[in-house]
Amino acid sequence: MEKYEKFSGIVAPLDRANIDTDQIIPKQFLKSIKRTGFGPNLFDEWRYLDEGLPEQDCSGRPLNKEFVLNQERYSGSSVMVARKNFGCGSSREHAPWALTDFGFKAVIAPSFADIFFNNSFKNGLLPIVLSEEIVDELFRGVFEAEGYSLEVDLANQVVNTRGGKSIPFDVDPFRKHCLLEGLDDIGITLEDTDAIKAFESKHEAAAPWVFNVIKAESAIK
Amino acid sequence: MTGKTLYDKLWEAHLVKQRDDGTALIYIDRHLIHEVTSPQAFEGLRIANRKPWRLDTNIATPDHNVPTTDRSVGIEDPVARIQVQALDDNCDEFGILEYKMNDPRQGVLHVVGPEQGAALPGMTIVCGDSHTATHGAFGALAHGIGTSEVEHVLATQCLIQKKMKNMLIRINGNVGSGVTAKDIVLAIIAKIGTAGGTGYAIEFAGEAIEALSVEGRMTVCNMAIEGGARAGMVAVDDTTVDYFKGRTFAPKGELWDQAVVSWRTFYTDEDAVFDAIVELEGADIIPQVSWGTSPEMVVAIDQTLPDPESETDPVKAEGMRRAYQYMDLKPGMTMGDVVPDRVFIGSCTNSRIEDLRSAAEVAKGRKVDAKVLQALVVPGSGLVKTQAEEEGLDKIFIDAGFEWREPGCSMCLAMNADKLGDGEHCASTSNRNFEGRQGYGGRTHLVSPAMAAAAAVSGRFVDVRELLANN
Repeated sequence: MEKYEKFSGIVAPLDRANIDTDQIIPKQFLKSIKRTGFGPNLFDEWRYLDEGLPEQDCSGRPLNKEFVLNQERYSGSSVMVARKNFGCGSSREHAPWALTDFGFKAVIAPSFADIFFNNSFKNGLLPIVLSEEIVDELFRGVFEAEGYSLEVDLANQVVNTRGGKSIPFDVDPFRKHCLLEGLDDIGITLEDTDAIKAFESKHEAAAPWVFNVIKAESAIK
Repeated sequence: MTGKTLYDKLWEAHLVKQRDDGTALIYIDRHLIHEVTSPQAFEGLRIANRKPWRLDTNIATPDHNVPTTDRSVGIEDPVARIQVQALDDNCDEFGILEYKMNDPRQGVLHVVGPEQGAALPGMTIVCGDSHTATHGAFGALAHGIGTSEVEHVLATQCLIQKKMKNMLIRINGNVGSGVTAKDIVLAIIAKIGTAGGTGYAIEFAGEAIEALSVEGRMTVCNMAIEGGARAGMVAVDDTTVDYFKGRTFAPKGELWDQAVVSWRTFYTDEDAVFDAIVELEGADIIPQVSWGTSPEMVVAIDQTLPDPESETDPVKAEGMRRAYQYMDLKPGMTMGDVVPDRVFIGSCTNSRIEDLRSAAEVAKGRKVDAKVLQALVVPGSGLVKTQAEEEGLDKIFIDAGFEWREPGCSMCLAMNADKLGDGEHCASTSNRNFEGRQGYGGRTHLVSPAMAAAAAVSGRFVDVRELLANN
């Protein structure tokens, strides 16, 4: 994963609560066995006026001109601001894949669903929790000023407005560290191989029925 | 010292290491794998030249994409075919047990896991699917994970986690006859909202939960995620232990006795403290139907649809207005005014043998109404299907005008050919009523299997208890 650097980006306002991962990336696109290429189908059912198909060229499809991501003033946006419980529903990691493939690097909302929140950090997408009042303020700012942008500074845990306001946010220290350094979770966990093996031996002695039961049938024959 | 909750006990029994930064390494006992969220994880292992930590923890089956019609011809959709083939190839390459599409044991993972005794009480169980909480029904810590975590579990047998808070949802007293596990969980979500359980592990308890079978408890825990909670669970009791006896991968002989002693420790101590407690009265819960595009938009069958103008939260009111527009319904209507164009009985929420029996009891001797274009029954696994056929349930359904299909996720998320047409309403026993979930422009109404069957034979949503009274 790339290191997560400080950046400034145009803000796209998605003024809805409970945006679910089925909306972020509809199921027909989950048939892909790749991690990339989901951007053109981000919010497919809201973005286009027709039904999207997997592996289809989206360039000629009719656009829903009213949808935020189709409006010229939000073109090239990399920060999304939305309402509470963003990313609820399915565990599909295709949701953060689609958001990052489109160009988003941060989503700001009053709250996120747990699985989406967790998946985002593993893909260089920063979910930022801010209070409903501040999110309201950001929405007003975005609607009022064309080209409204925010600077996201993870190292200092602040979002900076162009007006000079610095909005602090919380982030889990481990996740922050991984994002800033572009670290792979698996590599970090494997540093604890001895601890895992020690636990496993103790666990197997206490609960032997958990182990050595399930085997591929090719291995049994 | 205060007592421990069921979740505390499961957490501590699998804690490998508490780290200084507040995260912990948690050991994973079972990993269930399907075709949609695993190919990128296997690819990640290959790229990093990593091997699975252990093989005897994983069990796989394709379920999301598979057709529910004749499978002897293979999968027609080329994109889906490649994905299912990728699962087969990955499991063969790494040596992981997989019930392939034409295996009689294939089915929806959350049905197959417990059915085989692969998922057991006291375990930590994960899967790249948010409905993994299903397995909490038998005193396990089970939750959904993303693809990066699928790869992480394959490579390390662990997850990096932060401990969640404890929530107790207690149903005081039992529910009335004709009221099912699905009605209980829909009523719970209507009460706490879709984000009510965010950050919590939920324990479901109380007389109505204790009275449920393990299958009923699976229906309740399955939808914990629709209340925002990654994990839902129920304490181990005699019902739990009896359910697992004799299952393929369940322990036998002395090991069984040893396991049962261990399993019976997985309950909440009397003096344990919860961070939040929610209570519902069993007697107040009657058959439920969702009317909108979020699982919290639910009414009891005798209620009128709510008015957004009476909602004080403006964001919620706007969500309701949007839902009314999408669903083509109006405040003040009753669900009895709605005609289900299609009916779907299936999914990891409601496709087990008791679900099918419950729907068949209503369908028996009746006919699917002429206004209903299609009524599907999709058993949760090949073994559920065989069992149902031995009991003659397939005949009851077919005689009534339902289609009897092969097992899979089917119209719950419409990744295969089973889907709603634009604008169609569906009485569905699945778990999500999001826009487009069951097909582009489709309109989902979540109900129990008995309520779905009642809607099918009535041509509108009705209180199934009235039909049962005439049986």
